[in-house]
Amino acid sequence: MADELTRRTAAELAALVAAGEVSAVQVARAHLDRIAAVDDRVHAFLHVDRDGALAAAAAVDARRAAGEPPASPLAGVPLALKDVIVTQAVPTTCGSKILQGWLPPYDATVTARLKAAGVMILGKTNMDEFAMGSSTENSAYGPSHNPWDLSRVPGGSSGGSSAAVAAFQAPLGIGTDTGGSIRQPAAVCGLVGHKPTYGGVSRYGLVAFSSSLDQAGPLGRTVLDAALLHQVIGGHDPADSTSIDAPVPALAEAARAGARGDLAGLRVGVVRELGGEGYQPGVEAAAREAVATLEKLGAAAHEVSCPSFRYALPAYYLIAPSECSSNLARFDAVRYGLRVGDDGVRVLEEVMALTRDAGFGPEVKRRIILGTYALSAGYYEAYYGQAQKVRTLISRDFAAAWRSADVLVSPATPTVAFGLGERVDDPMAMYAADLCTLPASLAGVPAISVPCGLSDGLPVGLQVMAPALADDRCYRVAAALEATAGHPLIDEVPPL
Amino acid sequence: MTATLTQYEEVTARYEPVIGLETHVELGTASKMFCGCPATFGAEPNTQVCPVCLGLPGSLPVINATAVEYTVLIGLALNCRIADWCRFARKNYFYPDMPKNFQISQYDEPLCVDGWLDVEVDGSTVHIGIERVHLEEDTGKTTHIGGATGRIHGATYSLVDYNRAGIPLVEIVTKPVPGTGPLAPVVARAYVTELRDLLRSLGVSDVRMEQGSLRCDVNVSLSPLGATEWGTRTETKNVNSLRSVERAVRYEMQRQAAVLDGGDRVVQETRHFHEDTGVTTSGRSKEEATDYRYFPEPDLVPLAPDPDWVESVRARVPELPSTRRRRLAEELGASEFELQSMANAGVVDLVAATAAAGAPPAEARNWWLGYLTQKANEAGVEPAELAIGPEQVARVVALVAAGELSTGLARQAVDGVLHTGDDVDAVVAAAGLRRVSDVDALAAAVDRAIDAQPEVAEKIRRGKVAAAGALVGAVMRATRGQADATVVRRLILDRLGVTE
Repeated sequence: MADELTRRTAAELAALVAAGEVSAVQVARAHLDRIAAVDDRVHAFLHVDRDGALAAAAAVDARRAAGEPPASPLAGVPLALKDVIVTQAVPTTCGSKILQGWLPPYDATVTARLKAAGVMILGKTNMDEFAMGSSTENSAYGPSHNPWDLSRVPGGSSGGSSAAVAAFQAPLGIGTDTGGSIRQPAAVCGLVGHKPTYGGVSRYGLVAFSSSLDQAGPLGRTVLDAALLHQVIGGHDPADSTSIDAPVPALAEAARAGARGDLAGLRVGVVRELGGEGYQPGVEAAAREAVATLEKLGAAAHEVSCPSFRYALPAYYLIAPSECSSNLARFDAVRYGLRVGDDGVRVLEEVMALTRDAGFGPEVKRRIILGTYALSAGYYEAYYGQAQKVRTLISRDFAAAWRSADVLVSPATPTVAFGLGERVDDPMAMYAADLCTLPASLAGVPAISVPCGLSDGLPVGLQVMAPALADDRCYRVAAALEATAGHPLIDEVPPL
Repeated sequence: MTATLTQYEEVTARYEPVIGLETHVELGTASKMFCGCPATFGAEPNTQVCPVCLGLPGSLPVINATAVEYTVLIGLALNCRIADWCRFARKNYFYPDMPKNFQISQYDEPLCVDGWLDVEVDGSTVHIGIERVHLEEDTGKTTHIGGATGRIHGATYSLVDYNRAGIPLVEIVTKPVPGTGPLAPVVARAYVTELRDLLRSLGVSDVRMEQGSLRCDVNVSLSPLGATEWGTRTETKNVNSLRSVERAVRYEMQRQAAVLDGGDRVVQETRHFHEDTGVTTSGRSKEEATDYRYFPEPDLVPLAPDPDWVESVRARVPELPSTRRRRLAEELGASEFELQSMANAGVVDLVAATAAAGAPPAEARNWWLGYLTQKANEAGVEPAELAIGPEQVARVVALVAAGELSTGLARQAVDGVLHTGDDVDAVVAAAGLRRVSDVDALAAAVDRAIDAQPEVAEKIRRGKVAAAGALVGAVMRATRGQADATVVRRLILDRLGVTE
């Protein structure tokens, strides 16, 4: 019974709980037991909040016992929360030593909305330190493992959440995506992962890496589950000035409509620049096949060119580090977190420097130094200023593409999951994992990764991008593709 | 530490100063710049804080609309153009009073630009150009414990109070002001005074320099008279009173002149003003080399004030101090100089209100500029904070005019009000201060005085009228000062059969 519960989708679990067929506490226990059984091999979690999850489950059950309707369509569903999202009185480390021991005094808006919806937060998941990376190998607490092959990475930076969902430790996960950190782990773990339109989900309480790019979003084993979760966390938040004051589109409805498999009239643009050299043939083949499937469902596909996309990587690696160099300045040993070298003799600057040296890992330091340099007087225009212009050009490429296409598609990643340790010494190879996902991040448009087959037994994701605020299109197309496969790809994951 | 100084007269005989002022004003909004915490002064340290103003990981700023409105109001009152689109920027530097180690400020896109303010100095008008008015957040307040200087270097430890962190701060920057010659220090002071009065009249800040809600940095450079290029400037920080503004400019002029006289170059640097000694000392040269790595604040959306809204704010700009002074000068029959004196003493409103309550303007002015300013100084408060107000002062003036109080008694009555907080009539009644002008009552006292000093009376009878003073004094003592000295004198002379 318990094992069966962990194989259920979020939508199914919510229905079972709502119907009283199982209690939310049973659902929570089943997943906590699964975590206890497999997480020593997967290492998806940095902190399991058993008491918090069971208390939340008991509250869902009490509400049902009182005859009240469910708080949301996901009431009684457990979830794995990326450790970059702040949780009151529950450790939040961002995968970094520098925040070890910090107990936040407040909840992120995403956290608060999950709690209000009756979603049970099982714990905080592993990640590349401060969301900088594509494999979780930059976590200060050791990497997570891909449930498809434990010797491979689960993607990153939201690799702890993707590993947890792929290992059936939770039906849902929250990730954050700055340059691909939801879509890439979703793709390599055989999951659905969506990066919302910038401003679609509140960033309040999302520990900032790159403020103009960061977005939290859903990870799930099915398109509908991801859509249901997106609807719970999405929508305007006055505490985030960059949050969009517009209603969230009917995403679950779009997913259900898409699952009926009719894409007649849909114009699909295949991005020429997101393919070719550096892309594995198996990945490209799976993506091509997915496009062919969309055409069979009535869509009309054609190639579009977005020439500025090839500058997305250098632009991203100026903008994101610049913003991170400023965002991470607050970790200085003065108010919270790690403090090193405070012996009563050393002056403040020394304690700050020693703490930051001991508290940050090499990739974080690399980006802080890069960003500090790019923002320096005399270099600003040539680096940060120029990168912002490239960003504008990329947005223009999208705008031009929308004239002939309703959605744009590409592989979500150039390769399937790579091996642990394979790229840790080669930052450029690591950065290349985000080649496909960076343009949508820089332009702030929504993009989903949906499983589209296997290559060498490992999952491949198709990325579907849509214009800003048209997140529903991503879900509709993804659900149509998912429906043709007959069952979610994750069902094929080998047992641990 | 003390620098060589050139005599001030010699400085201005050979050099031309250029001054510039940067003024920081804490806005009197109910809440902070980017969060809902109260922005009030004087609470227990670190009690008015939240995740946002503490810069906790994940927190985000939200712009305080009232602070924007106040800034636009200031910009309009200073004749600025209001930007139709502008952004906040991050100013990056590490300091423990900065919760995020960056300050949200404005850089190359300020909210208000290109205005001016006229100030009156010695009866003539000096036109001060305003470069920009921008909005930012204040930092926390550090107190360094141990060490001799009270600065962070040498301190054993430091205490940080984040109550001030995030309070809206407006920075008002003048254009360089050349051509003021020997008057430069006075002009600087007059500008800050005028600005303070203007801000007060707008109701956007309590502008208390002693509490730090108005802070000033002064820029000074010197060039030889007739030179076409300006000299190297210094920026003196920590100038926190009107008097200090004047002193700091004067000191820097004298110091820089001595440097130039010695054939050296003035170093472009930040300097600190010392209130106690009146000198400026060099700041750390490192500070000058700081690269703040400004970039647009990505957590905030650009600010685009709607032109109709700007016009609605413009309609709310109240009568400004300079306009008001001109109007009052007419209504109160005062000279520009007298008004300036009143403005400097902070009593313009009090005089106007006293006059409005029925006192002749000249009387009202004399009271507030004279005795009451003196009392305020003694008590270390602003005249407006005295326990006596315009209505009460007008009543005193009326009692004097009616002959019921002498000048001396009037002061005693005022003292009584200041002490007790009661109204004038109650004080007069309780202390029995009514002037004794009843001739019958006085006649007996006069007779007693004449009888007590027969030799003085004889002198007077023989024509030495000046000797009457001794008898007047005796009567005044006998009546505990409540008699009208003029009446007493007349009665004595009448009694002795003498005319003046």
